[in-house]
Formats: sequence, structure tokens, C-alpha cells
Amino acid sequence: MTTQELGLDITELRLGLPGGGGRGERNDKKRVFFDIFSTGGEVDHFSANSGGKNRNIDMAVGWPPVCSYRKRAMIKMYVKVSMDGAPFLRKIDINGFKDYSDFVMALGNLFGLIGDECEYTPIYEDKDGDWMLVGDVPWEMFTETCKRLRMKKRVNDGGLQTKT
Amino acid sequence: MASSFPEEVLEHVFSFLISQKDRNAVSLVCRSWYEMERWCRKRIFVGNCYAVNPRVMSRRFPEVRAVYLKGKPHFADFNLVPDGWGGYVYPWIVEIARVYPWLEEIRLKRMVVSDECLEMIGKSFRSFKVLVLKACEGFSTDGLAAIAANCRNLRVLDLRECEVEELSGHWLSHFPDSFTSLECLNMACLSSEVSFSALERLVARSPNLKTLRLNRTIPLEKLSTLLQQAQQVVDFGAGSYSAEIRSDVYSSLADAFSRCKNLKSLSGFWDVTPAYLPAIFSVCSQLTSLNLSYATTQSPDLTKIVGQCYNLQRLVVLDYIEDTGLSTVSMTCKDLRELVVFPSDPYVADANVLLTEQGLVSVSQGCPKLHSVLYFCRRMSNSALISISQNRPNLTCFRLCIIEPRVPDYLTLEPLDAGFGSIVKNCKQLTRLSMSGLLTDRVFEYIGTHAKNLDMLSIAFAGDSDLGLHHVLSGCDNLRKLEIRDCPFGDKALLANASKLERMRSLWMSACFVSFGACKLLGQKMPGLNVEVIDERANVNSIPDYAPVEKVYIYRTVSGPRFDMPDFVRIMGKDKDGVNNLS
Repeated sequence: MTTQELGLDITELRLGLPGGGGRGERNDKKRVFFDIFSTGGEVDHFSANSGGKNRNIDMAVGWPPVCSYRKRAMIKMYVKVSMDGAPFLRKIDINGFKDYSDFVMALGNLFGLIGDECEYTPIYEDKDGDWMLVGDVPWEMFTETCKRLRMKKRVNDGGLQTKT
Repeated sequence: MASSFPEEVLEHVFSFLISQKDRNAVSLVCRSWYEMERWCRKRIFVGNCYAVNPRVMSRRFPEVRAVYLKGKPHFADFNLVPDGWGGYVYPWIVEIARVYPWLEEIRLKRMVVSDECLEMIGKSFRSFKVLVLKACEGFSTDGLAAIAANCRNLRVLDLRECEVEELSGHWLSHFPDSFTSLECLNMACLSSEVSFSALERLVARSPNLKTLRLNRTIPLEKLSTLLQQAQQVVDFGAGSYSAEIRSDVYSSLADAFSRCKNLKSLSGFWDVTPAYLPAIFSVCSQLTSLNLSYATTQSPDLTKIVGQCYNLQRLVVLDYIEDTGLSTVSMTCKDLRELVVFPSDPYVADANVLLTEQGLVSVSQGCPKLHSVLYFCRRMSNSALISISQNRPNLTCFRLCIIEPRVPDYLTLEPLDAGFGSIVKNCKQLTRLSMSGLLTDRVFEYIGTHAKNLDMLSIAFAGDSDLGLHHVLSGCDNLRKLEIRDCPFGDKALLANASKLERMRSLWMSACFVSFGACKLLGQKMPGLNVEVIDERANVNSIPDYAPVEKVYIYRTVSGPRFDMPDFVRIMGKDKDGVNNLS
């Protein structure tokens, strides 16, 4: 994936497996906000040769070994969601969802972003304090590392500002 | 000798053999015993659905009434097995429907079950009585409706921790009005509403209903209605145990519980309003099993409850119980056999509850029959583990999860080798062990030397070198299931112990140092093993042989490679046609 393709993909809010995947060109830009998560693609998160001592503990999927049924049923993971331009924040329970598509739908509903409103990109702050694009890591890993969310307004020039 | 002993007598003797192990042993004595045994085996257990194909079962055992199958490996519970890996029950249901029209029971664990499978079950077996699905997925409430509508003699519908696509709550209404044989209904895992009136009518016309586990959407206000219709219930799971505090609701609930003279097991209790907890006090002394692990109740309330449970044998709670609550358990629950403590907040580094190793030590001191432990905590010491092992040499299952990986003894800062070593030395009947914390190769030396009865071992973030794995594989004579993640174990130990793998059910290794080349070699050398490399990297075909795989799952099989794998699973070392299989 070249840098240029990467840039284009971000502008068009399309994510999938490296090297393509996804559903091809779509003329209907209005639904693009939800397209990210409807391809169901999961970007690889394992690095080669990672066994043993130097793994970042925060990134260990499935640790501690609490089965996913129990996690979903038991833990309420309410995180704050801010939206650029909105006067107050909302909270959403990440653990109430099974995958990205349900979750993004609910995020959209929180702020009344349905249909035509595709100006926002969801980003989240992870355990390291970095702001990340929602959708890169497997869903379970996302629920374990997301601390807060922000609906970032897309800028007219098509790029993403990196200011936190 | 065989001809002088009438077959009918032998058959009669064999009919008393229930355990699969005994029956397997009997069938190895001689040809005629093998023949006799296979004709009268009614219950089949297949611990790995890919170890044998359905035809092998149906050809050997013509009179089967009950089948129990397991699919995905245990680590699938923690999302380590990607979606689409396998574990499809469909081919089994097709074969069972073809050969066993009188089948009565199906139990499945960690399998993918489609609605089509459930429809087939409903239509194929006239005497079908028991359906237990544990940690299964792939079906919807439509499939449940098919079971309800067609299984006229159903006694047990038990959905434990399943992922169900919930299209409608009306599946319950598909049980006909003439259906009265229900003994067990467990729908705790369903997250959407079911038709309450259908549920109420079903309960009212099921006089043999012994187990009723509701789901979270059934409100507290409706519990007394149900309990009054099911006063004979033995195992009850409440739904959401939260409501506005109203004395009329409270008193009818307390009254309903007090009338359940046979009640022995309680579970459920999501979203607890503490003021309603005393409604169960009247049954506490009857309880042998209590699961409050979904109740976000704090220690004082929990302690008041367990302090009355004199006959408790099994306790499952969250770490909200704290050391003080467990101290009460140790003084009150003298018949306790099994303790499970789950973490309330597993992803937070610092403890916000006062549960430490002390809680477990006190229970090990006070409860002489305690033999099974699953305990999540944030610190441990060798001295605590040594005490536990000395207090409870009768432990059979010890699973300890210290939440942060590689944490040492908090008192001495040493590895926990000595502590776990003491567990395997003193607890000679130990069959299952899960370890955590800082562990070196030394602990594996202890395990290989002493854990001769160990059947299942789970290891994570432990060890220094291949020697650790070698100790386990070469020393643990009875080991059948080994699962390892994030350990520096690699090719040497695996290849040196290749023949051991054929005497085990399965080995799972992920995020270790096992190479593609070693997997290929193992698969080539051992025709009786499927060496499955599970690797989702896009460039996996260009990764060199010496590089490590993401995950490898090795299991013995008599049926050769499977053919239902997704593209990220490859069976290594077999040619395109695979090993000659027996169908």
C-alpha cells in the first residue's frame, strides 16, 4: 500500500486488509461513514517474531483470560465520546457491542449522525495516550485499549489533522 | 474362554460401565469383547471433533443414544482462535440423523451450530430429549423455534454462554400447548426479551421443571410470578435483580423464594439492588451452589449472604467479595468443594478491591473439601502458594491468574517457581493446572518431575527456553491437553517429543518460537497428527521456514487432514490428498 493510496483511503474513509479488499469504488459517499466497518476486514495486528519477553502487555489479546461471554455480560466500559462542535459529551458502553458495525451505528445515533452526515471520523485515545483511528485493530483488542472517543470533523482539504 | 461365557451375561455386565474410559479399556481386551462392547455402547464422547470423522463413529457403534462433541480449542474462549477456524457440527448431525433415529441427547461444546442443524435435529429424532450447547455459536432464535416446535419429548434445553442471533423473542411460543415434559430450561445467555406470557405458560405446564435459568431481560418484579408456578425448582437463575424499592414487591419475592423447598442452586443476579438481596436469605442454608459472578454487589452484602450458606459446595463470585468475605466463607462453608473468583475490572492495573492472596489462603485453611480453584488476583507469594499446597493436598484443579503477566513474588521479588513447585509436589491428585506470574524453566522441571496425574496444563508468559517445554512433554505421563501462549518455546522441544504428541489430545502454541519448518517436519514425520498452522498475515506464503508461526494447533487424529479449513489455516507436512483416511 503506497503512501498515496493510504492517504486516499483515509480521505475516503475506507479500511480493509492491506493490499485491497473492501468493496471497491462506491459512488454513494453518503453512506461512507459506515462503510469502514461493514467490510469486516481485520487488519493484521501480529508482528513476526514476537513471542516471549518483549511483548507490550497492553497489546496482548485475550489476557487476562476472561472469556468473551463474561466480558460482554459483566463489564460496563463506559467511555466518554466528544464530538467537534457539540456542547456536551456523551458516554457509550463499548462492551455492549459485539463488533465494529453495531458500535459505529450506535456512535452515529448518539449524535444524530444518520445518512447524510458523513463529516466525522471516529478516533480514540488508547492506553498509551495516543489518538488512533477506530477500526484498525480487532474488535476485542479495541475494547480493551480504548479510553475515550472523539468524533473528529473532517477538514475540507481531505487530510486528517493530527492535533489532539 | 470367551465362548464359554454367554454373551448375554457379558452384555449385562458391560451395561454397568458408564465411563468412556472403562468402555475403551474393555474393548481392548479381545476381539469378542470389542464386538460386544461396541454393540451396547449408548453414549459417545468425542473430545476433538476433528480427531475422528462421523463415519468412524457410526460404523463402530450402531446403538448410540447420546453424543457429546467438542470443537474449538479452549483458548477460543479468549479470542485466540479466529472466526471461521472450524468446529462445524453439520457433518456430524447429518451422519447422526442418517444412522441413529432413536438418538436422545446431543451435547456440544465450542462448536458452530447453524439453524439448519437445529432444524435437522428437530425433524430427525422422535425421542429427542436433551440439547446442551455450551459456548456455541452460529444459530439464531429461528433454530430454537424449530427445536421448540418439533421436539415433542424434549426435557432439557440448555444454552450456556452461547452467541445467539436474536431475531425474535417468540421462539418460546413454538412449544406446543401439549408440551409438558420440560425439566431444564437455561436461556441465561440470551440478551433480548422473550415473550413473558409464553414463558409463564410454559413454566406453569411443566411440573417436572427442575432447572430454570432466566436471562437478564426478565425483571425482578416478575420473578415471584414465575417462582410460584415452579416451587419444585432445584436450580434457579434470576434475571436482572434490580427494581425500585417497594415493600409489596419485596415481600412477594421473599415469600416466593421461601416456598422453594428444593432449591439448591442460585445464579444470574445481574444489576443487583442490594435492598432486595435479603429476599433470598430463607434459602441460603439449602444452597449447594451459588453463582453471583454477575452481581456487582459489594463485600458487606456478599458476606451477609455467604455467611448463611452452611451447605455450600460451589461458590462463584467476583473479587468484590474481598479477603474479608472469603474469610467468612472459610468459617461458614465447611463443605465447600469449588471456589471461583473472577475479576471485576480485569483491564485496570491497580486493584480497586481488597482481594489478595490472603483470601485464597484462608479458604484453603478453613475448607477441608476444597479441591477445585479458579482465582484471579493481582499479587501472589511463594509462601502463600506453599501454605495452600500444604493446607489442601487434595487439590485436583488449581488455576491461578495473576492479572499482570510476569509478576514476581510480591514479598521477595523472586519467581513463583517454588510456590507452584510446592503445589505439584504436595497435590498428588492434581489433574488441571494453570499458572501465571514470573516463572522460569525451573517450575517446569518441578512439573515434569512431580505432576504425574496432570491431564491439562495452561501456560502463559512463562519460561526461559525450550528446556521448559521439554520437561513438561517428557515428564508428565498423563498429560493430554497442553496450551501455551507467549512463551519462548520453540522447535527443539517440540521435535524431540514428537511421539508424545500422539499420546495427547492436543497442543496449542501461540506467540512462541515454533517455526514453519518445524511444523512441516512434524507433520511429515507424524501421520497420526494434524499440525495446523493458524496464521492470518497477508504475506504468509513468503515467510521463510525458519520464522515463527503465529499459532499452531497440533492434535492427534485417525481421520487425516480436514477439508473445511479457511485460508488462514494450513495443515503442514501432508500432501494434497492428505493421509489416507478411513472413510
